[in-house]
Amino acid sequence: MAEKLLIGNSQLKLLEKLCNACAVSGDEGEVRQIVLEEIKNHVDEVKVDALGNVLAVKKGSAARRLRVMVSAHMDEVGFMLVAEDGEGLYRFETVGSIDVRQLVGKRVWVGKDHTPGVIGARPIHLTTAEERKRAIPLDTLRIDLGPSGKANLGDRATFATCFRRVGPSLMAKALDNRLGVTTLIELLKNAPPNIDLLAAFTVQEEIGLRGAKVAAHAFAPDLAIAIDSTPANDLPTWDGEENTAYNTKLGLGPAIYIADGATFSDPRLVRHFLATAEAEKIPCQVRQPGGGGTDAGSIHREREGIPSISVSVPHRYSHTAISLARLEDWKNYAALISAALGRLSPQLLAEER
Amino acid sequence: MPDLLPFLNDLLSAPGLSGHEEPVARIIEERWKPLVHEISRSNIGSLHGLRRGTGPAPRPSVMISTHMDAIGLMVTGIVDGFLRVTSVGGVDARVLPGQPVTVHATGGGQTALLPAVVAQPSARLLPPEQADGPVPLEFLLIDTGLSPRQVAQQARVGDLVSYGTEPVELAGEVITGHTLDNRASVAALTVCLEELQNRPHQWDVWAVASSQEEVGLGGALTSAFGLRPTLAIVVDVTFAKGPGANDWYTVAFGKGPTLCLGPNLHPALVKNLKELAEQLEIPYSMEYAPRHTGTDAYAIQVAAEGIPTALISIPLRYMHTPVEMVSIKDIRRAGRWMAEFIARLTPDFMEKIVWEDKKNK
Repeated sequence: MAEKLLIGNSQLKLLEKLCNACAVSGDEGEVRQIVLEEIKNHVDEVKVDALGNVLAVKKGSAARRLRVMVSAHMDEVGFMLVAEDGEGLYRFETVGSIDVRQLVGKRVWVGKDHTPGVIGARPIHLTTAEERKRAIPLDTLRIDLGPSGKANLGDRATFATCFRRVGPSLMAKALDNRLGVTTLIELLKNAPPNIDLLAAFTVQEEIGLRGAKVAAHAFAPDLAIAIDSTPANDLPTWDGEENTAYNTKLGLGPAIYIADGATFSDPRLVRHFLATAEAEKIPCQVRQPGGGGTDAGSIHREREGIPSISVSVPHRYSHTAISLARLEDWKNYAALISAALGRLSPQLLAEER
Repeated sequence: MPDLLPFLNDLLSAPGLSGHEEPVARIIEERWKPLVHEISRSNIGSLHGLRRGTGPAPRPSVMISTHMDAIGLMVTGIVDGFLRVTSVGGVDARVLPGQPVTVHATGGGQTALLPAVVAQPSARLLPPEQADGPVPLEFLLIDTGLSPRQVAQQARVGDLVSYGTEPVELAGEVITGHTLDNRASVAALTVCLEELQNRPHQWDVWAVASSQEEVGLGGALTSAFGLRPTLAIVVDVTFAKGPGANDWYTVAFGKGPTLCLGPNLHPALVKNLKELAEQLEIPYSMEYAPRHTGTDAYAIQVAAEGIPTALISIPLRYMHTPVEMVSIKDIRRAGRWMAEFIARLTPDFMEKIVWEDKKNK
């Protein structure tokens, strides 16, 4: 049995801290600082590159070691203040893919000090039934900091959601991808000896997988694993018909990617993860092939090509104020990734694809 | 006096949906007890506090009334661990996706408060015609994060669902949260009662926190009938200017409460309050309601043989969303305005409440 990473109270505390931090794509500093602080005593090398990626290396001790890149994006979707209307009212744009129908009536945090504000809406009393059939367009919405509130244009904002545990579940903003970031920090603290672990805490995933591209170039790894979070679209259908397009389901364990919109995973790595799950008796699921993309989408096309795979925690309501994951799925994700790393040997890449 | 803000925060954090006002009524009762001589409940859930005046009996009485109930949701069905809901009061379904809510689950004996989120199913799970626009309430789901088995044990059809957004103070003495409509007015009425502790008044004062305003004004109508006041002043919230609201009937935010003129209100009472605000230099603006004011004043005016009624409102942004916003100054101003009015009521005040009709030539 390989050494498996365990998720306990200290990991949950770290996840909470990371989820409550704000790191909209291009402005990842708050999460970056937490990452640097957490890993500094556990790595052989660490640097922050030109885009703001944190690149850390933890060398193994085995004689022949694969150089394995594990990538987790630090950034989250959010907003940027782009124009001022006066009296604490700001026009904003979305950063990353956000459904405009999710914005209305939310509290937000603005800027580095998490200044509180809200996104309001016209009172229902003043709307017509016809009007209520149309979504409220972004250009009519404002972030309202109160009449004497002040922010700077260019400030980023996120939904103001505090992490909480509810029964078997976790509810927070940015579970995509603080689940991955927390896991990667813990992997560095408990790195397996059979590989060189090349940890990339990447930026700008949500706006085009941009940080991972230069990180993969810099690391030039033998293979790469993007650890991320993926939507579970496992809600009931309106008419009671079977939901055949669920992507993933909560409670079935980490999701292994065979194909998404950006990557065909390396079949050797898919087999390796499925075999690890079976041998270690870790529940897992195959993500339904379909759209979407992770850092693997840019990593596998970098340099001469890098064998890549993605593994994600399923979670509902991605890119909204409150996403929801099961603690058990995260535990199995950490266990599966750590076990799969521990079982890697150079032999794997010598196999037929 | 204890601070207003913690009290307001308690009010905003308490449930108390229309028809189920008890949790908030208890908080108000606690705060009002030392401020009134008698306190009681109506048959349908309104809270009545009586502060006796110093005038000779039988004394006239003024009812100062504000509704305490909140809008929200109610469970209509349980599907695979998710809840389907309908609305209690006026809820625009477009503000619901992604909102934190609390399910008041009654299936396990005592009511359990389950934190939850409103889920907007993706287009593939909805009827084709619902793919793009706002998802109607009937297709939204509530997710408690619990397993389907736990949900089946705990949740029941008919369970209440309240907004779960926590109140927060913004720059410039502004507070945002859900149910500031109408808990801001409950706070204003409390300010009035506190001011009256040091102000002798000749009339009796009935402080009323009415039930069921959002679902048909039933609480205020029946309280007015039961208490049979000589006069009534209603405090509610009104539409402040702001993003999405700049029509003629919206008023400036944070620049003082409003006084309403229209058929639901007695013109002589309006005139008296207007003159008083000017005399005391309380900032205010006029508000015009050519028909229904949409408040308890509409019901109180026609209780029993009819009651001269006035309406003071606190400007509020984003009404009926979980991020309603009011200026704390306006809450205090509304409270002071009423207290000053009450302190000036003389036994013969009703002689001023007459119809000043222009004589025909």
